[in-house]
Amino acid sequence: MYDLKALYEAESVSHAIRLLEEHPDAKVIAGGSDILIKIREGKLKEPELVSIYGLDELRGVMLEEDGTLRIGSLTSFSHVTKNPLIQRHMHVLGEAVDKVGGPQIRNIGTIGGNTCNGVTSADSASTLFAYDALVELAGPDGVRVVPIQDFYLKAGCVDLRHGEIETAVLIPKASYEGYAGHYIKYAMRNAMDIATLGCSVNVKLSEDKECLEDVRIAFGVAGPVPLRCPAAERAAKGKKAEDETYRQFAAEVLKDIRPRESWRASKAFREHISQVLARRAMEEAVNRAGGEKR
Amino acid sequence: MNRSESRSVPGKQYRLVTCTINGKAVETMVDVRASLTDMLRNDYRLTSVKKGCEVGECGACNVMIDGECYNSCIYLAVWADGRDIRTLEGLMGPDGELSDIQQAFIDEAAVQCGFCTPGFIMSAVEILESGREYTREELKKQLSGHLCRCTGYENILNAVEKTMKKRLSST
Repeated sequence: MYDLKALYEAESVSHAIRLLEEHPDAKVIAGGSDILIKIREGKLKEPELVSIYGLDELRGVMLEEDGTLRIGSLTSFSHVTKNPLIQRHMHVLGEAVDKVGGPQIRNIGTIGGNTCNGVTSADSASTLFAYDALVELAGPDGVRVVPIQDFYLKAGCVDLRHGEIETAVLIPKASYEGYAGHYIKYAMRNAMDIATLGCSVNVKLSEDKECLEDVRIAFGVAGPVPLRCPAAERAAKGKKAEDETYRQFAAEVLKDIRPRESWRASKAFREHISQVLARRAMEEAVNRAGGEKR
Repeated sequence: MNRSESRSVPGKQYRLVTCTINGKAVETMVDVRASLTDMLRNDYRLTSVKKGCEVGECGACNVMIDGECYNSCIYLAVWADGRDIRTLEGLMGPDGELSDIQQAFIDEAAVQCGFCTPGFIMSAVEILESGREYTREELKKQLSGHLCRCTGYENILNAVEKTMKKRLSST
């Protein structure tokens, strides 16, 4: 038994919004793999919950007319990984969410829950940052779309206003077309662990595969929220895809990351592995984009 | 009563949950605070579904819902409405026989205290029913949501791998 004050089951998105308005203290439960644990641990006492888990209209991945990749917020991690559209257009996201927890967790955990939870270690978040993803939110005042960088406000806190739920994660066509990426999760165990550091890099190569036309890099656990590294991106953009570029790219990462000491790892260790992971993820991303290994 | 409507008892909230469990259509009134583990154990006496960590880490409460494995301890019982649930009890043959995967766990000494076994076996069932051949590394990943404090996992992997190969060669 969970210590719940009440449970309200939403039957549609508009019903969910109405329930949240009627019960201002209620929390949204999607798959529950974060919130139910908090209740079990006593960190959340006798909450009222609005369950949106039954809203099948928020499940699945589709391509919109303009080529935007639309991932329903309740799509489970395992369904993101298995989805053919994700495999074709954003393979790295499928791989990143395949590193969450274990198989059973990946069946219940949702991409919307992962982003709304607002934690820096979310395995989906760094890749979504690195692809300039957008978050679609539905609320009493209608639908609004927020860039994921603005959605994360501070540790454990996202821009989810009263009565709102996340309905989808959107990746515009210009953001994924022609890009190849790689995500590295550094953790103590291969399964059932939380990232010590997560690094997601994606690149777009010039036609001759010699130059880095565009480079994007984002980290999880290198700051209170996931973050991009503009300095490193500037250092590599337009440069030749070669060893010297990768070296500078990795060194520049330090200008933007703000890791902290925690029981999982020291600040110094995180600063060290962030450079190593940046370089490795870059090399593999170039490799996947069809570039030569050199 | 409308299915989605929940009945209010002062201080308590109940809801009718209709589902299929091990091939049988069943329904019962469930306290909305119950986890699926609570419902399966208390209302249906399916005690293969173990209460281990109760926070979704150990896999002892693992069951199949619509063909996918879930830790039933972090799955609300009300979500089971309309779903097809399978537990270890459902593997039993008409005369109480063990299934091939259960026998393999015995043959390979993959069971010591037995607490993790039902959960492991239901994950193994998902693997075996996929009809795919997995490498040993892939099997490790598929089974990584279970903790076993007795066997050291090798015998469990052997049991699943052998049953997988046996099934694949017999088709």
